[in-house]
Amino acid sequence: MSDGKLNVRAQVLLWTAQRVSAAVLAVCVIVHLVTIIYAVRNGLSAAEILGRTRGNVAWAAFYALFVAAVAVHAPIGLRNFLSETFGWRGGGLDIAVMVVSLTLVMWGFRAVYAVFS
Amino acid sequence: MDPLKVSVWRGAETGAFQEFEVPRLESQTVLDVVTHIQRALDPTLAYRFACRVGMCGSCAMTVNGRARWTCRTHVDKVAEDGRLEIAPLANLPVVRDLVTDMVPFFDKWAKARGKFEGGKSRRDDFERVVPSSPERRLADAGIECIGCGVCYSSCDVVAWNPNYLGPAALNRAWTLVNDVRDTGNRARLGAVAGDAGCHACHTHMSCTERCPKQISPTAAIAGLKRAAMAAALKGDLGDE
Amino acid sequence: MKNDFRARNHPAYWAFVVHRASGLLLALFLPLHFWALGQALHGEEKLESFLRWSDQPLVKFAETALVLLLAAHMTGGLRLLALEFLAWRDWQLSLLAAAAGVSVVAGLAFLLNVV
Repeated sequence: MSDGKLNVRAQVLLWTAQRVSAAVLAVCVIVHLVTIIYAVRNGLSAAEILGRTRGNVAWAAFYALFVAAVAVHAPIGLRNFLSETFGWRGGGLDIAVMVVSLTLVMWGFRAVYAVFS
Repeated sequence: MDPLKVSVWRGAETGAFQEFEVPRLESQTVLDVVTHIQRALDPTLAYRFACRVGMCGSCAMTVNGRARWTCRTHVDKVAEDGRLEIAPLANLPVVRDLVTDMVPFFDKWAKARGKFEGGKSRRDDFERVVPSSPERRLADAGIECIGCGVCYSSCDVVAWNPNYLGPAALNRAWTLVNDVRDTGNRARLGAVAGDAGCHACHTHMSCTERCPKQISPTAAIAGLKRAAMAAALKGDLGDE
Repeated sequence: MKNDFRARNHPAYWAFVVHRASGLLLALFLPLHFWALGQALHGEEKLESFLRWSDQPLVKFAETALVLLLAAHMTGGLRLLALEFLAWRDWQLSLLAAAAGVSVVAGLAFLLNVV
């Protein structure tokens, strides 16, 4: 049953991508929550953060993966919300959602670079 | 006992609630109340019922905001302050008063390929289906559906997405996906998958909450999601 | 006819509302988050000044709320993954309570450490 511009297989693969990225994010979020809770003890300063992150390739890779997963997961979720709340369907919606994804990728990788390089 | 104050929807898509006072009895169902109104107070009230014993599903209406079989709803259970609000099932066109047009509901059943497609003729031997097999148990969990429309009426995704096939059609498709005799499952998965199919379900579970036969369309839809995903990944999804 | 809140007033539906609302709010927050971290590109002092700005109680409250939203969205999401990918079992329905519990714990842990 096709709705809008994407064919059924593409729609199912989008759904699958959302669930897979969700599983990846579950791991990332748990790590992130534990890390923030630990880091905010006794106050947070730029020096402390950057002291730990600058040049740290392993953490950079982790956060790069985090950004990629978010850039898949959030736009697909938004797509559902927009089509169900505003009745938006078809090519226009898909393009708008791609733009959100690309924006998250760009700003996210910029943030990773800013903090880890 | 004080008489019941009953608000009944009159009209079609546009209309208004009309107030009636109905004598309260010791043991009384909402269908009894509606029937009393039509027979004793206002013969122009349109409503549907048939068996009145909880077998046919014809008497489904929205009672105090929730879809139910009126013949199986005791007034004591729902009229907390002696008030009842009775409206037609939601998410369906209203023909008149409490009667909805069930055609869209059954059209989606057909779109979901909810019809058995066998591969054998009378000349072949019987298919042996083991009742305790995993597939048969999954099918059996959903085959008691009588197409009453309560789940469809309770589903918000049906309200938000006019093309969404809905819980009943998808549940029926799932019983056929698990029917080892059915030969049409490749096309059927293609018909039920995607933005207007099982993948649009957000697990609100209003269908499962309200089904008078305790079927869980949510479970069936989850099964369809897995089956469709597997087929899509293998490049095996439907006709497209 | 349309349904109103009476048809929606049950736990699995509340779980959906929490999941959708938290997802939306997090999606709106993310660009701000990326921007704030990107400030480090302009030097440590820029990031530091942002962090000092964020020391006020109102911001700390918002941060705690965000942690709660993130935890709620994640635990709710794990519940959905269980419902969709594991064969259906009745105990899965109490995953909701478990998810809610874990989110609150996460939120509290953050709050207690940040103040």
